[in-house]
Amino acid sequence: MTQEILDLTAPTLDRSFLVALAPDEKLRTCIQCGTCTASCASAYAMEYTPRQMWRMVQLGLKEEVLNSKTFWLCSTCYSCSVRCPRGIPLLETIGALKRMAIAERIGPYKESINFYRAFMDVVRRYGRVDELEFMTRYFLSTNIFSIIGYVPLGLAMLMHGKVTIKGGLRMAPRLVGISGAGRLDALFRKVEELEAEQ
Amino acid sequence: MRYFYYPGCSMSSSALEYDVSTKAVLGELGAEVVEVEDWTCCGASTAETVSFLLSLVLPARNLALAERMDGDGDFLVGCSACYTNHCKVGEHVKRDPRLLDKINAALSIEHLTYTGKVRVRHLLDVLANDFGPEAIAARVKRSLSALSVAPYYGCQIVRPYGLCDDSEYPTTMDEVLAATGAEVFPYAMKVKCCGGVLMTTKKDVALRLVGGLLQAAKGADCIVTVCPLCQMNLEAYQGDVSRYMGEDLHIPVLYLPQLLGLAFDLPREKLKLERNMASPRPVLDKLA
Ligand code: SF4
Ligand code: SF4
Repeated sequence: MTQEILDLTAPTLDRSFLVALAPDEKLRTCIQCGTCTASCASAYAMEYTPRQMWRMVQLGLKEEVLNSKTFWLCSTCYSCSVRCPRGIPLLETIGALKRMAIAERIGPYKESINFYRAFMDVVRRYGRVDELEFMTRYFLSTNIFSIIGYVPLGLAMLMHGKVTIKGGLRMAPRLVGISGAGRLDALFRKVEELEAEQ
Repeated sequence: MRYFYYPGCSMSSSALEYDVSTKAVLGELGAEVVEVEDWTCCGASTAETVSFLLSLVLPARNLALAERMDGDGDFLVGCSACYTNHCKVGEHVKRDPRLLDKINAALSIEHLTYTGKVRVRHLLDVLANDFGPEAIAARVKRSLSALSVAPYYGCQIVRPYGLCDDSEYPTTMDEVLAATGAEVFPYAMKVKCCGGVLMTTKKDVALRLVGGLLQAAKGADCIVTVCPLCQMNLEAYQGDVSRYMGEDLHIPVLYLPQLLGLAFDLPREKLKLERNMASPRPVLDKLA
């Protein structure tokens, strides 16, 4: 494994990074044992392993962490969280990293951000998620050509009756722009108000 | 026994076979299953990328609806991701009681109140603990002794809370399967992740994870799951996974209640095996 040298005297260090992500500050107690990395099935594909990322968070390397793909490769399996000998709620902190990256619009992982956004749009609008509609919305928001890789799956799902094209052409106007009152609009708005109060 | 059943989004659309077979098996065991009225999405693993409070309020809304229903009963969930999300509400409120006021302040807009009095249960938990292997064995009309079955638990049924089984080495599904006469395949990857949502956002990573799961199941006649997302990842990409791993990894994948339904000899339309994307034919041939 190659070693990367990080400049700890750089003015970009953000000492408030850890507290902003994990207000209980338990993350400070990380002993760098590496159990999280050893437990993580997607660690091999990450540029920083979970253990490295937690150290970078402690050091305040906010830009580097938020611009990495590490936390977007988390499949939310909770293995690290249940095994961390310090009992640090690691997956909650990964959730906070995703929120921060989305809120500050940083990060290279457009697919993930579009996926999460499209999903929550559908929940807010209809209350429940119709998977076909959601996937269409997601693929339209990313790269229309990326849908091609999923066409065989889509056809197989149709054949097994897993998706139905409900309402046929009526789908089109539903997919273009969200207008009018959504099923969970009031609840979403109330949560936004409550969060703004803090 | 009475349950307030939360199907969730997947089980009411692409994973309808899990919903139908769940109700059929529980009915056969004598359970009363009432669907939670007006339920909405629990937020999956997505709500928390928008707002932490929202990730609690969405499942709390469903729990509050169940609390409002007549009579007593547990909140029954079949999808492991929905299960963990609904468990999360109570676990967080226990850790930080101030959250309760906030959740209820949000729910007040829908004239709902969450108190936490309804217990959240996974289908596997209910099968293994409320009914148990003896009650299941008593209903078996056709022994599955010809089959070797790999129990796949996945992640979110046992992690992070481990409320119904061990987080590292769960055994409840093994016991339920053994009750049907099936041989339980020693499955080392029973709690390793299937990649979850990465199958959509980062496919090559998920293909490798599923590849490992399918390789470890070689020698079994089928894999059994208790979650629509696990089921989809394990069964729908077997062609891609085989190409990616350079070996044929096709294997039938059934939902636990589908397999129990075969053992109970329930009518085929209650099992909907034709909807499974990895052909269950080899399993049916072995039982014929
Ligand atoms: S398992 Fe916990 S203590 Fe060990 S390196 Fe990871 S975060 Fe730190
Ligand atoms: S929860 Fe995420 S970071 Fe932790 S082990 Fe699982 S995939 Fe890796």
